[in-house]
Amino acid sequence: MREFLDSIGYDRWILLALLALPTLAAIGIWVHGAVIGNDADARERGSGAARHIALWAFVLEFLLSTGLWWSFDASTAAMQATLVRDWIPSWGVRFALGIDGIALMMILLTTFLMPLAALGSWTSIRGKRHSYYSLLLLLTTGMLGVFMARDLFLFYVMWEMMLVPMYFIIGIWGGERRLYASIKFFVYTMIGSLLMLVAIVWLGIKAGGATPDFSYDAVLRAAAASGAGGVTMFGTFVPASVLMFLAFALAFAVKVPMFPFHTWLPDAHVEAPTAGSVILAGIMLKMGTYGFIRFALPLFPDAAMSPGIRTTFLVLGVIGVLYGALVAMVQPDFKKLVAYSSVSHLGFVMLGIFALTTQSVQGALMIMINHGISTGALFLLIGMIYERRHTREIEAYGGIARTVPLFAALLTFVSLSSIGLPGTNGFVGEFLVLLGSFRTAPWLTTIAATGVIFAAAYLLWAIQRILFNSLDKPVNEHIPDLNGREIAIMVPLVVVILWLGLYPAPVLRRMEASAEAFVSHVSAGAATSVARAP
Amino acid sequence: MNLDLSVPAQLSYALLPDLLLMGGALLLLLWAAWRPESARHQRSVGVACIALLVLTAAAIVWFMVRGVAAGFGPVAVDRFRWVVDLVLIVGTIGTIMLSMDYNEREGITAPEAHVLILLATAGMMLLAAARDLMVVFLGIETMSVAVYVLAGMNRRSIRAAEGALKYFLLGAFSTAFLLYGMALVYGATGDTHIATIGQRVVQYALLGSPLLVIGIALMLVGFGFKVAAVPFHMWAPDVYEGAPTPVTAYMAAAVKAAAFAAFLRVWYEAFPALFERWHTAFWWLAAITMIVGNVIALRQRNLKRLLAYSSIAHAGYLLVPLTVNTPGASEAFLFYALIYTIATFGAFAVVVALGDVGERSLRLDDYAGLWTLRPWLAVAMAIFMLALLGFPLFGGAGFFAKWYIIKAALDSPSPHTKLAVILVITSVISAGYYLEVVRVMFMRPRVAEERVPAPSRGLTKAVIAVSAVALIGFGIFPEQLVRLTRGGAPVSGLTLPTAQSAVPLPGAPAR
Repeated sequence: MREFLDSIGYDRWILLALLALPTLAAIGIWVHGAVIGNDADARERGSGAARHIALWAFVLEFLLSTGLWWSFDASTAAMQATLVRDWIPSWGVRFALGIDGIALMMILLTTFLMPLAALGSWTSIRGKRHSYYSLLLLLTTGMLGVFMARDLFLFYVMWEMMLVPMYFIIGIWGGERRLYASIKFFVYTMIGSLLMLVAIVWLGIKAGGATPDFSYDAVLRAAAASGAGGVTMFGTFVPASVLMFLAFALAFAVKVPMFPFHTWLPDAHVEAPTAGSVILAGIMLKMGTYGFIRFALPLFPDAAMSPGIRTTFLVLGVIGVLYGALVAMVQPDFKKLVAYSSVSHLGFVMLGIFALTTQSVQGALMIMINHGISTGALFLLIGMIYERRHTREIEAYGGIARTVPLFAALLTFVSLSSIGLPGTNGFVGEFLVLLGSFRTAPWLTTIAATGVIFAAAYLLWAIQRILFNSLDKPVNEHIPDLNGREIAIMVPLVVVILWLGLYPAPVLRRMEASAEAFVSHVSAGAATSVARAP
Repeated sequence: MNLDLSVPAQLSYALLPDLLLMGGALLLLLWAAWRPESARHQRSVGVACIALLVLTAAAIVWFMVRGVAAGFGPVAVDRFRWVVDLVLIVGTIGTIMLSMDYNEREGITAPEAHVLILLATAGMMLLAAARDLMVVFLGIETMSVAVYVLAGMNRRSIRAAEGALKYFLLGAFSTAFLLYGMALVYGATGDTHIATIGQRVVQYALLGSPLLVIGIALMLVGFGFKVAAVPFHMWAPDVYEGAPTPVTAYMAAAVKAAAFAAFLRVWYEAFPALFERWHTAFWWLAAITMIVGNVIALRQRNLKRLLAYSSIAHAGYLLVPLTVNTPGASEAFLFYALIYTIATFGAFAVVVALGDVGERSLRLDDYAGLWTLRPWLAVAMAIFMLALLGFPLFGGAGFFAKWYIIKAALDSPSPHTKLAVILVITSVISAGYYLEVVRVMFMRPRVAEERVPAPSRGLTKAVIAVSAVALIGFGIFPEQLVRLTRGGAPVSGLTLPTAQSAVPLPGAPAR
């Protein structure tokens, strides 16, 4: 396989192709929409084509990206499949792409989930399909770009690029409170990212000479030297590196979302259409944690690992774990329950990252993947049952395991994987995080471990009330079970859940070098700064 | 090629584009009066005006390509001037195109309207060139008198008359401030040439001279009025609302850019030595303008007023490069001015397209559900709103414009981080109203009994399409535009009359 990929120069064009394909497909759908015109009749007939083009584009995208699995060299943490072109030479901005093991897994997660998300919207999105699917495709380009960017300017552009399609997806095709949810999502994310922009500009100027330089490596070097400056605020001296770190951290913490920046998440997740929730939970939240791993920590290791900041983030992570779980437990709305469970899961990721051992970081990465798959699957299942009953209230169901046995089996299975039952994917990540974090933060890890129990409580209780209580409502007696399309969505997810649960080694091996490099770089950076301090 | 501006022929050559426009405009004025008023005559005069502007632009490009420079004199011959001129011409062409459609719809048949716009532009180009306070004043007056008339062009509208009167009175008032300030500066330094003023200030240690300080303060007030910086902005919303929409766009973009260009040149060249002293005043002016403009815009429900306050906020952003005085500041200013002009014209063109006779449909509610009715118009408006918000890709080059200003603020030994942070935070605030427009268009259903707007006219459509395409295009490939503004520092090409040019002018290339 490797030889074949090399023979077609796969590494040289794949990243560009992955970025370009969704955008081209989006333009194609858009042109198709423009050609068939604006009258209602033609739109009705033509709108079927939009979803087909989108689905096949996503499938092709996934098939293309699978080559990365083989072409990727797991033995090194260096960037691979790199591609560097000048973009705006006057400003020192390059179109630089590249992936390491972490980015690889995130890209594969994205390309894996997108066709499923498109299939999940197959019948639930009725109006304006052309716009919907083009936005979905543009969103994909943005998300992949974030994971590939090796230039901070490009990264920022891609980071912001995701925002607009998601804003429209929530705002136009969302639930009842979509207007509120969409604007909240937009403004929250924007506040964080604009301060990051200031920090990026600052770093780029520092890294460059006559013209700024935004390439990741140059910025990395400049950031290492940035500890010298600083400002005095309210009588205390704050080093520049701390301010920069906080600017980056705010952007990522909103996205993760970390407690207490999480309040946009339940609104956005609940109001978004199914595909929107899947993408938000499955991929976009990971960008926050990915940002910590790729930018915030490696650029400012001394700031991030200074005792005050590190403890704050660890504590906030653990608060997120418990708070998310406890709030999830009392939600009457199943979608909101899953949304809060994301806060809890992502708390584990933050704990793993800031605990900074190879195991905990690898565990955090595993949770990022697993959460994407399990929570994505949960949102898809919620979407399926919502299409039938038009309610997400847990109380409205009860005992439907008898009417929709297949749905019940899948929901139970996916819930168990989300809880982290051994043998499913969820177990591997949480176990590794707890194991790794215990060495550096034993007390906090012990507290966080109770979150696993809470997770079992809220999810099992919820599926009991939905699936297994007595079938006391007549409306629930005639719900049709899953159809072929829905089964086709769930089968790949179930396969991946089992595969990652039983044999995660290939995935772990591909991330190992990068995770180790990350840990050693950050701890080395933190150590030198301690040595430098008077 | 280096011109000696003390020779009249060479001075005329340096003013060739301005003279071309001015002379052409006078001829067109005659032609406009030659025939009876009619919609057709109005249109043909408009077309001739655009042709003249294109000719002027060609002359400017010719000067740029040949790299004509000049020595000491009342006007500058440098890249800064040419780029500002191009920005102004882009805005003027947009204004005349919109006016042709608008005037036809509103039944304004006076063809002189277009020629007046040309005369105002000639004044603005003089402002961009001015290196002498007398020329600055000449430019400001030529521009203002024409724009006063334009604001009241629609004689049938009471609001237009009110706006025009307000604009005239307050404008005259502010000009008086400016003129008095210039007089005091002349009194203190004994010269009106701005480079000489800068030199004298240092030579005779005039930094503390009360005459000079009061003079500069009065000039600051005068310019503050012209660019509508808070707290001198009170006139703007009423005037913008009352004036015919194309003229509003013209005021919000071109008039502002021209006033800013003169503002920047006067401050950079005449008072570099005073910079430290005036820095704080500018800092606060910029910060307050950004904050007040954006916060008040949040509450506007009328689209023209919303855009008026947005233009005040943008005056605040434009004050940032003036304040920071870093090497890239004037380039950032030029870039921003161009992008802002394009986005503003696009947005106002949409307002023109949807406004009914008598400008009734200007409430935000009139835009509800526009997406289902006129998808292209809604998408274009969304692009303009996102561009003004400074959003990458979907807002096109709007992001690069804002980014350039942030870069200018941070790119110095002592970065203006606080100003940059205020800029980004106020940008987040501005999301509140720009996105509100987007939200109303895309996410609110159309009220069933609402009137369906008449189909938009050709030229309006053209302005909208060209603006949107230009924004997106430059949003992906900004390199050429960056190169255009490169080296546009207002002091390049400066040679001082005496041998000892002691003042280290900011932005001047190291000699």
